[in-house]
Amino acid sequence: MTFALALEQLLNGVQLGFMLFLMAAGLTLVFGVMGLINLAHGSLYMVGAFACAAVAAATGSFWLGLAASLAFAAGAGALMEVTVIRRLYSRDHLEQVLATYALILIFSEGTRWLFGSFPLYLDIPPLLQGAVSLPGGAQYPLYRLAIIATGAAVAMGLYLLISRTRLGMRIRAGESDREMIAALGVDIRTLYTLVFALGAALAGLAGAMVGAIQSVQVGMGEPVLILAFVVIIIGGIGSIKGAFVGALTVGVVDTMGRFLLPQLLTFFVSPADAKPMGAAIASMLIYLVMAFILAVKPRGLFPAQA
Amino acid sequence: MAETAVLEINGLEKSFGALKATDGVSLTLRPGEIHALIGPNGAGKSTLIHQICGTLRQDKGSIHLSGRDVSALSVAERARLGLGRTFQISSLAGEFSALRNVMLAVQARQGSSFRFFKPVMKDASLVDAAMERLGRVGLADRAHVPAAELSHGEKRQLEIAIALALDVRAFLLDEPMAGMGPEGSKTLTRFLDGLRQEAPILLVEHDMDAVYALADRISVLVYGRIIATGTVDEIRNDPTVRTAYLGDHA
Amino acid sequence: MKREVSINAAMALALLAVPIIALQMGQTFTITLATRIAILALAATGLNLALGLGGLVSFGHAAFFGIGGYAAGILSAHALSGEPMIFGFEGSQAMLTIWLVAAVIAGLVGLGIGAVSLRTSGVYFIMITLAFAQMIFYFAISWPAYGGEDGLSIAVRNKFPGLNTMRPMEFFLVAYGLLMLTLGLFGLIRSSRFGAALQAVRQNDVRVASIGIKPFPIRLTAFVLSAMITALAGALYADLNRFVSPSMFSWHMSGELIVLIILGGTGRLFGPLAGAALYVILEFVLGGITERWQFFLGLILLAVVLFARGGVMGLLAGKARHG
Repeated sequence: MTFALALEQLLNGVQLGFMLFLMAAGLTLVFGVMGLINLAHGSLYMVGAFACAAVAAATGSFWLGLAASLAFAAGAGALMEVTVIRRLYSRDHLEQVLATYALILIFSEGTRWLFGSFPLYLDIPPLLQGAVSLPGGAQYPLYRLAIIATGAAVAMGLYLLISRTRLGMRIRAGESDREMIAALGVDIRTLYTLVFALGAALAGLAGAMVGAIQSVQVGMGEPVLILAFVVIIIGGIGSIKGAFVGALTVGVVDTMGRFLLPQLLTFFVSPADAKPMGAAIASMLIYLVMAFILAVKPRGLFPAQA
Repeated sequence: MAETAVLEINGLEKSFGALKATDGVSLTLRPGEIHALIGPNGAGKSTLIHQICGTLRQDKGSIHLSGRDVSALSVAERARLGLGRTFQISSLAGEFSALRNVMLAVQARQGSSFRFFKPVMKDASLVDAAMERLGRVGLADRAHVPAAELSHGEKRQLEIAIALALDVRAFLLDEPMAGMGPEGSKTLTRFLDGLRQEAPILLVEHDMDAVYALADRISVLVYGRIIATGTVDEIRNDPTVRTAYLGDHA
Repeated sequence: MKREVSINAAMALALLAVPIIALQMGQTFTITLATRIAILALAATGLNLALGLGGLVSFGHAAFFGIGGYAAGILSAHALSGEPMIFGFEGSQAMLTIWLVAAVIAGLVGLGIGAVSLRTSGVYFIMITLAFAQMIFYFAISWPAYGGEDGLSIAVRNKFPGLNTMRPMEFFLVAYGLLMLTLGLFGLIRSSRFGAALQAVRQNDVRVASIGIKPFPIRLTAFVLSAMITALAGALYADLNRFVSPSMFSWHMSGELIVLIILGGTGRLFGPLAGAALYVILEFVLGGITERWQFFLGLILLAVVLFARGGVMGLLAGKARHG
């Protein structure tokens, strides 16, 4: 184990963390403002990836694809909100879970219908190909650094949006008192659609960016969705700050666990056993961290006001 | 004071940030009495009730029930020791019939919820005891109506039947008169008058007619402090109380 | 109430009659469908105890379903290979032993998951149960000893005393018998003191605590019982397919179990059976018409949630009443 390798893994963890933040921010915002649990958030991630891959393939431009991913995911989100989600705000969580589960089936099968069962591939744009030298001598892909930078920029943007703008003020007011904000004359329906579309666009952006380092396929959103759930459970549902801290925690713990645990176990068991055992334990690590945090703080690290 | 107090609260304090919601409250509930707690809105009555029944933990002070310190016990444990609280609005189990609500209380009193096979409706020890309590509050003919469908007044009666089923040592009644019409208030007042034989009542109430008619003693809570405790006449003529609270009534 | 009883009886009889008729006509596939219905109904009955009676929306019951499946797969694999497991236990091909092991392990895991998850409520509970099930899913995938991602085949269906379980009809009877027994147990529990407390806790936990019944132990017990029942179904499901794979742990499975309950009618005794029958038939019919049947299933499900609250039993037998 060298320093360079460890640094590379750490950066991978941070990259995963920022990607998860893009997913978790939308989820937690929608829950915080509208009180809705949206399982179909992973479908919006998938929509973003497919839109990006399809448009990039048609036009030859990753950047047009990226723009398309934002537009399509936001559009799909707005459509979802207006047709279905809106009817669920007053329902209990069980019905929200079920309806959004149905949406997953519709989106997944619909996408398979349109694009077939084979994965699509998305190339990294020429501008971001290549690698950067890290201290210690390792080379690190520029594209992954770009994901980190984008995630950081979005986090900063969200912070400014929520703390400094009128829209943000309304979001904060909506979180604490739905009736008050309606009484203030703010059109709450439009606000909800906007918030939902914003969350959707972030998920689509995440899907598009990850699409270039993994394959673009139906069902790609689901594992990410569940990780994003872990993120917001750890961070405290409804808190953007919690989503940020939770996302980086999950990203780094998961990546470093997979890297370090098999090596650590060689001190205790034979190398042949250490690898599978380490991998198996590492795959459970973030859930154990989650359980531990919940045991200490049942409402997450940064609980939103009850 | 020869008899020991059933409920004894000593130097209770509770703050939310800079706000002192309960500021050194002490009061006692003696056997057989109705002790009314009155005070303007925001005086800290509900915070105090929450601490007595255990949903909120006090910062300082102690609560004794029949001489036993219950300050650190959970809601369920205090209930099992005989603290019977009625609620303003929510019913126990709205989907269940009135009868099954009271049966649940009898079951809780018997302390045996981990029985898996015997149907409750065939369990005479539950059904009979519950029917008897329903009869006492005048709800026998409404036994099979779902609690959620009972009228406002009937829900109050059901609440009291549930408390009776718990064989409580002290009642904690939270605004039982609220939302009752004049007729209902009168009936309920008569009923509460007799109820004090079962167990003493700490009565939190806005309806001053009912308070004057029922209370043996009254405590006045203002800004988290008890500014006076005394008989109805003493409170009526207390100048501090008049300026702080009763001013516009008197 | 009377009406619900007769509808329940009709459903129980129909589920038995269909395979018998199919057997006469030599339609083995129909028997397999009926067996699938019975097993899924059993799994959902387990969840119905937690979700329907207790209001505990567990999105992680696939964990217990999978544990049951792997108990069947692993025990029979060891019995066949002769390679001893821990404590020198040689595995088993006897269904009764497998069921016992499945229920005990699922109960213990349920105790652990429940103890952490039940500290929370609402949306947290949904997500945490989902996350724990996912943890077990990933463990099953990355643990290579029992097939990892590829799963584990069961060469010969496990044995039940006096029956040849390789015959579809006899295996159906095992599943059917266990389902009916469990439904009977569910009915007893529902009307018992425990059931009364559990249902009251769902309706108003604060009030139930105020009369001296602690909600947490009631909920935890329900969660553990629920996990044990669902594990039994998992063991049977593995035997039905003669195959177990990590997909039994997948969150789709958890979702499917919830769907069955909602389709059938939450908290109703025969809701899971009605839901499972409807689901399997829909899957069969839609799947025969189009490859994209899940798309239409999604639309139907959405329509049920948005417009037909109460499920099949709600439509057939009216609103649920409690004595």
